[in-house]
Amino acid sequence: MLKIEHLTKKYRGGKKAVNDLNLEIKEGEFIAFIGTSGSGKTTALRMINRMIEPSSGTITLNGKDLSKMNPVTLRRSIGYVIQQIGLMPHMTIRENITLVPKLLKWSKDKKDETAEKLIGLVNLPENYLDLYPVQLSGGQQQRIGVLRALAANQDIILMDEPFGALDPITRDTLQDLMKDLQQRLGKTVIFVTHDMDEAIKLADRICIMHNGEMVQFDTPDEILTHPANDFVKEFIGSHRLIQEKPSAKIVDDVMIKPVSITLEKSLDEAIKLMVSKRVDTLFVTDGHGRLLGYLNVEMITSARHTTQSIADTMNREVEFVKTGTKLQDSVRRILIRNLKNITVIDEEKRLIGLITRANIVDMVYDTIWGEENTEQ
Amino acid sequence: MIEFLTENSGAIIQKTFEHFYISIIALLLGIIVAVPLGIILSKTEKVAKVVLGITSILQTLPSLAILAMMIPFIGVGKVPAIIALFIYTLLPILNNTYIGMRSVNKDLVAAGISMGMTTIQTIRLVELPIAIPVIMAGIRLSAVYVISWATLASYIGAGGLGDFIFNGLNLYQPDFIIGGAVLVTLLALISDFILSKVEKWATPKGLRIVR
Repeated sequence: MLKIEHLTKKYRGGKKAVNDLNLEIKEGEFIAFIGTSGSGKTTALRMINRMIEPSSGTITLNGKDLSKMNPVTLRRSIGYVIQQIGLMPHMTIRENITLVPKLLKWSKDKKDETAEKLIGLVNLPENYLDLYPVQLSGGQQQRIGVLRALAANQDIILMDEPFGALDPITRDTLQDLMKDLQQRLGKTVIFVTHDMDEAIKLADRICIMHNGEMVQFDTPDEILTHPANDFVKEFIGSHRLIQEKPSAKIVDDVMIKPVSITLEKSLDEAIKLMVSKRVDTLFVTDGHGRLLGYLNVEMITSARHTTQSIADTMNREVEFVKTGTKLQDSVRRILIRNLKNITVIDEEKRLIGLITRANIVDMVYDTIWGEENTEQ
Repeated sequence: MIEFLTENSGAIIQKTFEHFYISIIALLLGIIVAVPLGIILSKTEKVAKVVLGITSILQTLPSLAILAMMIPFIGVGKVPAIIALFIYTLLPILNNTYIGMRSVNKDLVAAGISMGMTTIQTIRLVELPIAIPVIMAGIRLSAVYVISWATLASYIGAGGLGDFIFNGLNLYQPDFIIGGAVLVTLLALISDFILSKVEKWATPKGLRIVR
């Protein structure tokens, strides 16, 4: 889809920021450009939407040479998310989201419809559309920054260290959100980062750059198991190389069956179920087994006198991973966000399993004593 | 003082209007020239230094001298007065427009360009709305200056409230001097108040919200 051939950027004085870069990106791929500062990753990214003009080489999008296109038209067709968020402070969230549609002269109705549809995608309420950026937290602002890059149905989204300025928990949430959006909407994302964990977590393929040249371009697994040279080995860090071995497991291998209750039951029935199963948390599902929320013993104690309804008592914010996720990723989330456990759901959002802190113990055990001892 | 007001009520209204009229035309001309010029200058740093240097020098010339210099070229009356006052309005507006445009966060401009804005669109949709409070501050400053300097315009026959002050000086009538001065001050204060309302109205809502 996007083909970069012999791309070079030479600055005055002969310093080459990017030297003879060649790569091909397929539609729907999530690509990360990673490298130390000065490696040319941002320069390479900005040449794609011609914020920086290449010295030589070509970039073609679906066979069309980008250097022959009008740069303004080109940029309106490529989403761009920057680290500094860059929301317009004088515009409402609605106006910020629909900035590119405004440049493309969409009708007001179509813009409103787009804004309303998009804000739901990032789990923000619709009344936020009429607020201003200063009224939102940094994480919320960057969600809007991401939406702004999607609003005109751009097929390619370029992201320049988009989550670099956020705190670790917010960053983690946004990474999950971005990955989910990218998969659901089928966008091609090219992402610049210097955070190896971020690249491994998000990217389908990682392009490691050093001194303006591409050192290795491959899937995270391939890079972790077969680093091209010592630079790559050092860059990804030895702890990741070792860590990668037991994580071949996916959540489905180790998850336990969670105790769940359907929505129409009463709180009394919930307590009875907890007692009989010896658990302090129940997961609430609808009639089709889809995960709606969770209920723990503290919540029941405090709500018992006012209501019997599970729907009114349960917490709807429940952490989940999709089936097939690497065990390492879900355990990392438990640790980073300080969760007690994390649910596993399938493609239809049906609850199928639960990863608990006990799995962390298993992983540590595997790493220290090897896997064979655990098979009993 | 009361005597001054009652005896001259007709003249007061007429002179106040004249004074206001000279000032506002000079100010409007200043806005029409200095705001667009300031925007252009904000895009060319080298030229900006030269132009802002020249306007600062113009600003230091004594206003009486400028008014007097107008006489051989344009003669006496309202037109030379307006031209001289217009020159004085330029610097504060030009300077503030330039500073306001330059102080807009470069990341926002880059974000605008990255989304496919043309240069004109980045100015119109990003830089100008954000720079409005600073530009308006320059306009307010100019308005106050121009109203007080317009007093001197009476010296070259442009009329206005300066007439009372000069007559007072010539005839030794302190009532006229004080009355004229008070009226000029009032006019300046009222104009500044009105412009502060305009500034508030013109500033985009998102910039007024404090978290």
